[in-house]
Amino acid sequence: MTTDAAKTTDTERSGLPDGSVGSAFAAPVAVGGRPVAAADATGPVGVDARPSGDEERPAAASVIRRGGPGRDRRALTSRRWFRIVGGALIPLALLAAWQVVSTSGAVPVSQLPSPEMVWLAAVDLAERGLLGLYVAISTQRVFIGFAFGALFGLLAGAVVGLSRLGDVLFSPTLGAVRAVPSLAWVPLLILWFGIGEDSKVILISIGAFFPVYTIVAASLRHVDRRLLEAGRAFGLRGATLFATVQLPAVVPSVIAALRLALAQAWLFLVAAELIASSMGLGFLLSDSGNTGRIDRIFLAIILLAVLGKLSDALVGLLERWAVRRWA
Amino acid sequence: MATARTAPAGPASAGAATAAPAAPVALRGVGRAFTAPDGGTRDVLRGVDLDVAAGEIVAILGPSGCGKSTLLRIVAGLDHPTSGEVAIDEAPVRPYDVRCAVGFQEPRLLPWRSIEKNVALGLPRGTARRDGRAQVARLLELVGLAEFAGHRPHEVSGGMAQRASLARALARNPEVLLLDEPFGALDALTRLKMQDLLLDVHAAEPTTVLLVTHDVDEALQLADRIVLLGTDGDEPGAGIRQTVVVPGHRPRDRGSAELAELRGRLLDGLGIDRHGAARGIQATTTIPHYPY
Repeated sequence: MTTDAAKTTDTERSGLPDGSVGSAFAAPVAVGGRPVAAADATGPVGVDARPSGDEERPAAASVIRRGGPGRDRRALTSRRWFRIVGGALIPLALLAAWQVVSTSGAVPVSQLPSPEMVWLAAVDLAERGLLGLYVAISTQRVFIGFAFGALFGLLAGAVVGLSRLGDVLFSPTLGAVRAVPSLAWVPLLILWFGIGEDSKVILISIGAFFPVYTIVAASLRHVDRRLLEAGRAFGLRGATLFATVQLPAVVPSVIAALRLALAQAWLFLVAAELIASSMGLGFLLSDSGNTGRIDRIFLAIILLAVLGKLSDALVGLLERWAVRRWA
Repeated sequence: MATARTAPAGPASAGAATAAPAAPVALRGVGRAFTAPDGGTRDVLRGVDLDVAAGEIVAILGPSGCGKSTLLRIVAGLDHPTSGEVAIDEAPVRPYDVRCAVGFQEPRLLPWRSIEKNVALGLPRGTARRDGRAQVARLLELVGLAEFAGHRPHEVSGGMAQRASLARALARNPEVLLLDEPFGALDALTRLKMQDLLLDVHAAEPTTVLLVTHDVDEALQLADRIVLLGTDGDEPGAGIRQTVVVPGHRPRDRGSAELAELRGRLLDGLGIDRHGAARGIQATTTIPHYPY
């Protein structure tokens, strides 16, 4: 047990990219107080001497992390530039590995196109005016579907979360509808709404609806009862109680739900566009699959990843603001 | 939000700065039974009769789990009695009665609102915005939180949060102030300061106060009368075992001999053995005799 604890802190410490930074953090503490310095010295050697090592370790570690007074105390991993650079490391490494593997000839180009081929496919599509169109139409579908799905999700979540009767009446049915896989809706929606925009947007709305509905209903049901009672004791009822206590209490989870719903909307977009469409990234995927254009398949996948991540980051900003403001 | 509405001025909003007149409280045969998990009922309170005069401070003292809080919640209209009735100023208590304000055991402040906005939550509905703001400022001054008006609850100490909670209750201009172990979660020193603060507040706004506590010293320090709540032998359901009029005027000397004697009697009533009493040693002064 104790050796395990020592191991975790060791890896934590070596997890810092630069050993000198770690010691620089520790230095002022070691000067400041003898006991802390001793704890710092408790490496794998000192562990045996301390039977209760695993309880005291985390405290000592946090002291070391925080560093001495007067220093910039923000850990390296929470600094902005480090987060950006660190987050870009793996994609860049993947890109490099992709380049090496595809140019070495180990894998045939028909299986793995080079990054350059994918880039050229993008340029080619852009010159024909299709790339922008596909991205735009897919983004539009996602955002319209997301807006409707989230709106209805909020309403249904509020009804089920706030009223017992609503819970009894609607939650079993909605739970059953939620269990239907996304692709199962496609044939029905096409029969009902044709192969135009409506069927796609509705499918995406269904995808965005359920995360919002589920999370909003659950978090409204679990608003702190003591706060609710306090609100009632001070004369709040109905709509004012909702606006004063319940709604602010669930704002952070509502935004987390919207984030999840947006991710879900992108998933359902591809399901909607794979079948019966003439534009969009999902169409690009299925069309390229049929014609064997593996470079375009790669392009579509990369675009979906980048667009999904970008839209998620937007809601993430909103989420950070909301947590600061309401939590 | 709700306070911004300009509803027709009710009697409560007529003078935001003047306290509502204190009202007498009468409990007649109040009983409360809860449904047990096995489907049966469990009596918590039985036949509680109590009259509290307007402006009086009455402490309800009892061991934990004896139904003190339930009794207080019934008076506040947060809970209903299964038998008997409660009246404030001879009119029965309604659910969430507007004449009462509750100070809970925990501050129960809304974490996303500033202290100031939390206190404003207590203002009676339909208070004009300017009157409300002046009233909140005055109350924050009274509880010593004027400098912290813009802080969020998590940015102040537990004692400050509890003071804000008290200010919120006072903002309601209550005829009856109900305090449910309001200082129970505070450290000993803060608790003493809060007791003095409560007395200052009561001197400034002499409303009727019902105070639930399990702290004998707190009851002796604050109350005009102490009601000892407890069960009688094997009978289920707590009732009033003893009523004690606390001698002297507030603020009382925390170390007076008279109070020490009373304290011993009350502890006896709570089933706590007075140290030394069983051995025939009289503990009448605060300077402990040897052997303790």
